[in-house]
Amino acid sequence: MKGIFNYFRSPRQGSAKVAKERLQVIVARERSHRSGPDYLPALHRELLEVIRKYVQVGDEAVQMSLENQGDCEILEVNITLSEPERQV
Amino acid sequence: MARIVVITSGKGGVGKTTTSAALATGLAMEGHRTAVIDFDVGLRNLDLIMGCERRVVYDFVNVINGDANLRQALIKDKRTENLFILPASQTRDKDALTEEGVEKVLDELSQEFDYIICDSPAGIERGALMAAYFADAAIVVTNPEVSSVRDSDRMLGILSSKTRVAERGEGPLPAKLLLTRYSPERVEKGEMLSVDDVTEILSIEMLGVIPESQSVLNASNAGMPVILDAESDAGQAYRDAVARFLGEDRPHRFLTTQKKGLFGRLFKG
Repeated sequence: MKGIFNYFRSPRQGSAKVAKERLQVIVARERSHRSGPDYLPALHRELLEVIRKYVQVGDEAVQMSLENQGDCEILEVNITLSEPERQV
Repeated sequence: MARIVVITSGKGGVGKTTTSAALATGLAMEGHRTAVIDFDVGLRNLDLIMGCERRVVYDFVNVINGDANLRQALIKDKRTENLFILPASQTRDKDALTEEGVEKVLDELSQEFDYIICDSPAGIERGALMAAYFADAAIVVTNPEVSSVRDSDRMLGILSSKTRVAERGEGPLPAKLLLTRYSPERVEKGEMLSVDDVTEILSIEMLGVIPESQSVLNASNAGMPVILDAESDAGQAYRDAVARFLGEDRPHRFLTTQKKGLFGRLFKG
């Protein structure tokens, strides 16, 4: 009997949870882009162009983040190269 | 000196014009001399929502260009005392709203009114930027839906940097959120972002929550601001929002479904 009540009561796992998680990620990312200096997108694009002269990488290969520590700013650039294909 | 308030959102179709009409009417009902301006050049619609579309003679751009003066262009609302509407132009010239022109009209209105409500067009183009630029406060209208919430965050970013208040270094423009088309049933089923979800994502104060309601369409069909429908849930929620805007502390209503008895629950299941 209890089972029947639980069936009617149980909140359906809805899509709102997914929506919230996706929004939190994208909003945080877009805010960090906004708060950065104007040249960051251009720097990002040009870094990708230089790297692509030598290695084929996707847009996600270059990750940049700007942090404030005390009175200096630290620009952290992470360049991820995909695993080189194994030579046979 | 009038207080200038922009009603904005980024995304279209979320209820900016409905909200502008409701807020302006609500403020006028409280005895404040209020002007509401349609900034959506090319797509005039506030006149329809306010029910004065057949009385438009001159518009905002006519006043900016000096073809008419404000007295000729302002439409006095027939239902509510203290309320005037300045309709948008139907011109397709996107550059019709000059910064100098908008500032001049707002300065002149400021002499006579307590509140100036700027109904922003959708998007982040010139019209939207002009509607926000001279504002002293902003109300961001959002639906509990991913694209609307994201666009609202983008708009909040613009408000905090691309407004006169921000450029003068007086801090970001004070902004509050108005959540519209809220459906407690769908929230309880986990199908819709809740008030708390949206507040948490955008980290902004909630001015009001307007429930999804048939009365909003009924009101726009009739050309009557929904706030005048005192019987309806949406009308009451807008009245609460106006009271909060004026500094009153009111609890949010219409956030939960009416609790159903066992029969209701069984039949629904």
